[in-house]
Amino acid sequence: MEIFAQQLVNGLVLGSIYALVALGYTMVYGILGLINFAHGDITMIGALVSLTAVQLLAAAGVPAPVVLVLAGGAAMVVCVALGVSIERVAYRPLRHAPRLAPLITAIGISILLQYSAALIWGKQYIAMPEIVEPTRIVIAGAQLTSLQATIFLLACAIMAGLLWFLKASRMGRAMRATEQNPAVAGLMGVNTNKVIAFTFVLGSAIGAIAGLMVVLYYGLGHYFMGFMLGLKAFTAAVLGGIGNVAGAVLGGLLLGVIESLASGYIGDLTGGVLGSNYRDIFAFLVLVLVLVLKPSGLMGQHSGDRA
Amino acid sequence: MTAATTTIKTLAGNPHCRRLAWLAIVLLLLAAPFLIETTLGRSWVRIADVALLFIMLALGLNIVVGFAGLLDLGYIAFFAVGAYSYALLASPQLGVHWPFLVLLPLGAAVAALFGILLGGPTLRLRGDYLAIVTLGFGEIIRVFLNNLNRPVNITNGPQGITLIDPLQIGGFSLAQTHTFAGLTFSPVHSYYFVFLACAVVSIIISLRLENSRIGRAWVAIRDDELAASAMGINTRNVKLLAFAMGATFGGVAGGLFASFQGFVSPESFHLIDSIMVLCMVVLGGMGNVAGVVLGAVLLTALPEALRYVGPLQQSWFGEVIIDPADLRMLLFGLALVLMMLLRPSGIWPSRRRHVAGPPAKETEAPSAAR
Amino acid sequence: MHTLRQISVALLTVALIAGCGKDTPPPAPKAATPAVPAVLNVKIGSASPLTGPQAHIGIDIRNGVQLAIDDANAANIEIGGAKARFELVAEDDEANPTKATTVAQKLADAKVAAVVGHFNSGASIPASKIYSDAGIPQISPSSTNPKYTQQGFKTTFRVVAHDDQQGPTLARFAAKTLQAKSVAVIDDSTAYGQGLADAFENTAKTLGVKVLAREHTTDKDTDFRAILTKIKGTKPDLVMFGGIDPQAAPMIRQMKELGIKAKFIGGDGMQTPNFIKIAGDASDGAMASIPGLPKEQMPGGNAFLEKYKAKFEKEVELFAPMGYDAVMVFIDAMKRAGSADPAKFLPELGKTDYQGVIGPIAFDEKGDLKNGPITIYVVKGGKWEPLETVKPDADAGRK
Repeated sequence: MEIFAQQLVNGLVLGSIYALVALGYTMVYGILGLINFAHGDITMIGALVSLTAVQLLAAAGVPAPVVLVLAGGAAMVVCVALGVSIERVAYRPLRHAPRLAPLITAIGISILLQYSAALIWGKQYIAMPEIVEPTRIVIAGAQLTSLQATIFLLACAIMAGLLWFLKASRMGRAMRATEQNPAVAGLMGVNTNKVIAFTFVLGSAIGAIAGLMVVLYYGLGHYFMGFMLGLKAFTAAVLGGIGNVAGAVLGGLLLGVIESLASGYIGDLTGGVLGSNYRDIFAFLVLVLVLVLKPSGLMGQHSGDRA
Repeated sequence: MTAATTTIKTLAGNPHCRRLAWLAIVLLLLAAPFLIETTLGRSWVRIADVALLFIMLALGLNIVVGFAGLLDLGYIAFFAVGAYSYALLASPQLGVHWPFLVLLPLGAAVAALFGILLGGPTLRLRGDYLAIVTLGFGEIIRVFLNNLNRPVNITNGPQGITLIDPLQIGGFSLAQTHTFAGLTFSPVHSYYFVFLACAVVSIIISLRLENSRIGRAWVAIRDDELAASAMGINTRNVKLLAFAMGATFGGVAGGLFASFQGFVSPESFHLIDSIMVLCMVVLGGMGNVAGVVLGAVLLTALPEALRYVGPLQQSWFGEVIIDPADLRMLLFGLALVLMMLLRPSGIWPSRRRHVAGPPAKETEAPSAAR
Repeated sequence: MHTLRQISVALLTVALIAGCGKDTPPPAPKAATPAVPAVLNVKIGSASPLTGPQAHIGIDIRNGVQLAIDDANAANIEIGGAKARFELVAEDDEANPTKATTVAQKLADAKVAAVVGHFNSGASIPASKIYSDAGIPQISPSSTNPKYTQQGFKTTFRVVAHDDQQGPTLARFAAKTLQAKSVAVIDDSTAYGQGLADAFENTAKTLGVKVLAREHTTDKDTDFRAILTKIKGTKPDLVMFGGIDPQAAPMIRQMKELGIKAKFIGGDGMQTPNFIKIAGDASDGAMASIPGLPKEQMPGGNAFLEKYKAKFEKEVELFAPMGYDAVMVFIDAMKRAGSADPAKFLPELGKTDYQGVIGPIAFDEKGDLKNGPITIYVVKGGKWEPLETVKPDADAGRK
């Protein structure tokens, strides 16, 4: 039972990071119908920028909470700038192009971001200075560090904030209108270009925070770290029903828990035939199963896509 | 270059010259390995061999992406399946040594089977979903190859399979050096001719497919699936056929690769290799056979040429500022983006591809209204 | 007939490209010094990843080879009565199996007498076939996959202990010195990590150590909490990891966070300064083995380290001493054979008995290093300190 509780905690914390990144995918998909392949790499840039900021600030003797706020701020500024310019340069001209075109540019942008990061930061793993002393909390037999608790709570707060924003604010309403029908939203006086740009702002900023969380949580950063994270987050978004913000949250948490429990128990369940070596497959299996059985995802309202 | 093109064009107009041109091309291709060896060295013959393999791969992917408009991001998996089928049945790993002439069609069949296995459940999906699922499929295959060494050792896991038999037909082994008509055929030369033959067959098949009933059905589906099915095309079967055909090309290339290298391991089949093949197709010109061949040749030669960039930087700036491997990837990324923005139909566009499919948002209008 | 025209244009383009390639001059040899009569030019190839994620280790190997060639040229070595001048031909294999064979062919084209390389087993194995066909002897400074020398080629050698030597040594150390009764084994699903972990597991079992869990991760993952939680439930004395530092460091951090008290041990892939940097305080007490004597204790070790630092203005990463010794072993064999012709000195290579920087070097019939010593290090106060040096096959006796 202790072990099960521990696996649940592992999964929820991991899942809250997936969920944050998934938000970026799901918002862009909802509005543009585009898989923003580069979103995982924007998260990576956020992670590496905040890592560098922490290194510099911690060396200068700035107190830890200030360091974190500044590092997160720096990462957000860089990521938002990147996200908006990518939309402007690589996606907007292709908005009415054949549908393979923006997907291929997205892959190109993803490669460009990765190798630009490799040029700037090098290809080795970069160590994150330990600035937060981990204190341990025990809940129902599960070990939980203060960092894990903070990540989880902060992620939940951001997600709740976003849901409220979409529901209640003027911009949120404009976003939902654009999502339903861009042409009609435009006729109703919504500046769709602005709304789309704002979607990228929001997604990139949340991605930057997720990046900061990842380097804090694992203690290292790397130019390739965005790829797998992005893929898992996308899976989470599909699992919850892509385009649906609440679905991304649910999908992220669920995927984290599934991965954790599966790699923890699969060996015992299959009598040792399958082991934790198949961990990365679970995400893809979930993806294929969801797409095949319920393409609209767990919380998708519509029957998804034709043919 | 332009002068050369016009010359060729005027020459090609004349039937007599056309025959001569064909002859020159055939002779050039046959003499190529010897010309390359004397001018650039044997290593470039090896690069030419690899380029021929990539031509086959790119042509296979072109059927799926270029003709049928289905974006496959896990195409290298079929290459892997072909390579491992050959490796397992012609090496000490399982202790069996089947002849090449059996294994080549077998590898193709196994790959086609995997194509259908993948296509079956996923072809209902829209373009970009399909891309992600195929990507996942590619990774799943690699993870399995990497882990099928326990509890029973089948693939020998990450250690890979060594001592794979070379191509051998009857008593004629391509691993030995042969002398024929005063010319010395070392293994790289012999493989060149085998690969050339296979590549030429692939090109012919692709060209024939393009203008066939099936080829037109693929293009119809690519351009408008609803309309295509309204015209009586069985879209599911035709798409499955595209997947199976594409996979077959990959499977054959994989088998040839395994025999050529003598060693396979999962690390040769990463996602980045799928993306490389996709780059060849996209840059060359989706849907155009000649363009795809050009793309494959260019992208195989480019990294080799970029090798000289490292020493050049060293001599100009005193240090290597941009790692050639990084430079290559940056160029690829940039090329993908710029190609789509400026010349979406590739360096050498397909003539038929005036309209390269419908815009993303319009067609999904019924479903996008969520 | 559009297609014909298109094909001819394509071919012409290809021909033009090939033609253009011809024009780029091959890396020109150093301005030829006026040849003194009876100078024997000997080219030594070096193949390792010079670009990409493993470039730092590949460049380290090439630097070791370069240093050896400079030293040999300075020593005015004579081979068969002629003064020998050695020249380095360094190639980049990108740690990619396909590229490795191209590079091998390039070296064979350049008529090198011998090759030091490659770094990865995945590159050394396919390349070894080409060297064998060309009759060029190859010494890998670092490939630890046992299969590398088991292919029956007469030209393959290595100057590093392979996984089947390192793994068992680690297991004996765990059973005898650490008195571990139970162990959990994790690998990173790579040829290196899994080979090491398998060899460790097998020997540990024969020594009566209980293997409580066998888990796997990948060389890209950084989250190990799920498998560590499972391991925590089995309460082992020791956790053994076959893999490299980017995984080992977060792993030991997460172990401490989960409150796992077991000791942590691994192979040479995690014995790096970066491991300590990433893991921070959690790294204290972690152990790792490295084939060879501690660099400081190698017979010519200190002198080598200083020479290397003076020349390249940086510290030795890992395999530079092996690269250096590989060249010296080749030259030693050439001297004994009185020839730099691979066909002539290859038989002498097998009979090598050489005192190198890494210790005594001799090969067994497969081309593996005989009785390579292995040193176990421990992290103490933020530094790797040598703990014990053991010889494979021998009892865990102190050296």
